[in-house]
Amino acid sequence: MVKEIERAGIPVVHMCTVTPISMTVGANRIVPTIAIPHPLGNPSLTMEEEKDIRRKLVGRALKALTTEVTEQTIFEE
Amino acid sequence: MAFKVVHYINQFFAQVGGEEMAHIAPELREGKVGPGVALEAAWKGEAAIAKTIVCGDSYFAEHEKEAKATILDWVKAEAPDLFIAGPAFNAGRYGYACATIAKAVKEELGIKVLTGMYEENPGADLKKDILIVATANNAAGMRQAAPKMAALALKLMKGEEIGASVVEGYMNQGIRVNFFEKERGAKRAVDMMIKKLNDEPFVTEYPMPTFDRVAPNPAIKDLSKATIALCTSGGIVPKGNPDHIESSSASHYGEYCIEGVLDLTPETYETAHGGYDPVYANADADRVLPVDIMREFEAKGIIGKLHNKYYATVGNGTAVANAKAFAAEYAQKLKADGVDAVIMTST
Repeated sequence: MVKEIERAGIPVVHMCTVTPISMTVGANRIVPTIAIPHPLGNPSLTMEEEKDIRRKLVGRALKALTTEVTEQTIFEE
Repeated sequence: MAFKVVHYINQFFAQVGGEEMAHIAPELREGKVGPGVALEAAWKGEAAIAKTIVCGDSYFAEHEKEAKATILDWVKAEAPDLFIAGPAFNAGRYGYACATIAKAVKEELGIKVLTGMYEENPGADLKKDILIVATANNAAGMRQAAPKMAALALKLMKGEEIGASVVEGYMNQGIRVNFFEKERGAKRAVDMMIKKLNDEPFVTEYPMPTFDRVAPNPAIKDLSKATIALCTSGGIVPKGNPDHIESSSASHYGEYCIEGVLDLTPETYETAHGGYDPVYANADADRVLPVDIMREFEAKGIIGKLHNKYYATVGNGTAVANAKAFAAEYAQKLKADGVDAVIMTST
């Protein structure tokens, strides 16, 4: 799906936990996430701590969208 | 008595001319022409090209019905043991013509056929219907292609059993044949792993589907003016799953308005996704689709706007072809709505 969005001319970032799949599928901007059932959260933390993590991850996704890439790139930090 | 072959080639390989001669109608010539020389040489007298049909690529593409009728008449009159076309390498119209005419000869005259071309040639779409030898993408590959095609052609004419596609060099037709391997699976797997660890070449027994690539789009210049949309394969839907998106092998996607929605709550949103524990997503769907944080960023002016619709489907077991079609469709909607960038989340 990311590839079709990209093909339509819209930059897209893929946030997922299993980044090798994202690489195989052909996403160009990839942000690794926490876990399969809760990519953007962590139920073992408090709501506030969780939001903080989510804020960081979404921030990283936005950073990926504002970063020029020429090849598939995983935005770790 | 040598087997009799009819060979189909285009204007270029017949040395009639290039693009400027692509309009020529089919003509029937005696004996071998162009690449037929290499094929016949490889047959070492066991088969010979009786006739060569030369047809312009544009003519075939634009007058398919007439070209087909003429060529089928000629092939029928000749009654060869085999009809061979090409190889076409990566020439699109030529490859299409080779595959189309070979298929027609096979199906309408019941004559054995063979062609060859590059795997991405549009003609290769017919690989399930006819045997197509995989070749290089340009005519420099003739030296490898001709003997491969000739060998397979001879097997076909002799009525010998055709081996697996990887062995014979034709394009995989998606047919599985049961047979006994010499070595058991565990041994083959370990052998393969050792080769892989030693950086030695090995051949997989289960090739992964090939995925094409799309070049990355330019980055967003000014986030504070950008409209960003959220999409997910994690199955986040309004509570009750109004579009009945399947928990597995989804047949459609949903478009949901989040105008004025600041936070996804357990009362309002849930996941339709099977295959992972839904407890965490059902308790707080922001864990999959971060609407809360996007609203926060929107309010702070970090992003211009969160798009007022999101698109969701379930990734669990969903066919690649379906997923592709879903996104191709909603990407156009996103584009029409002036969305600048997309965050796609997956579980």
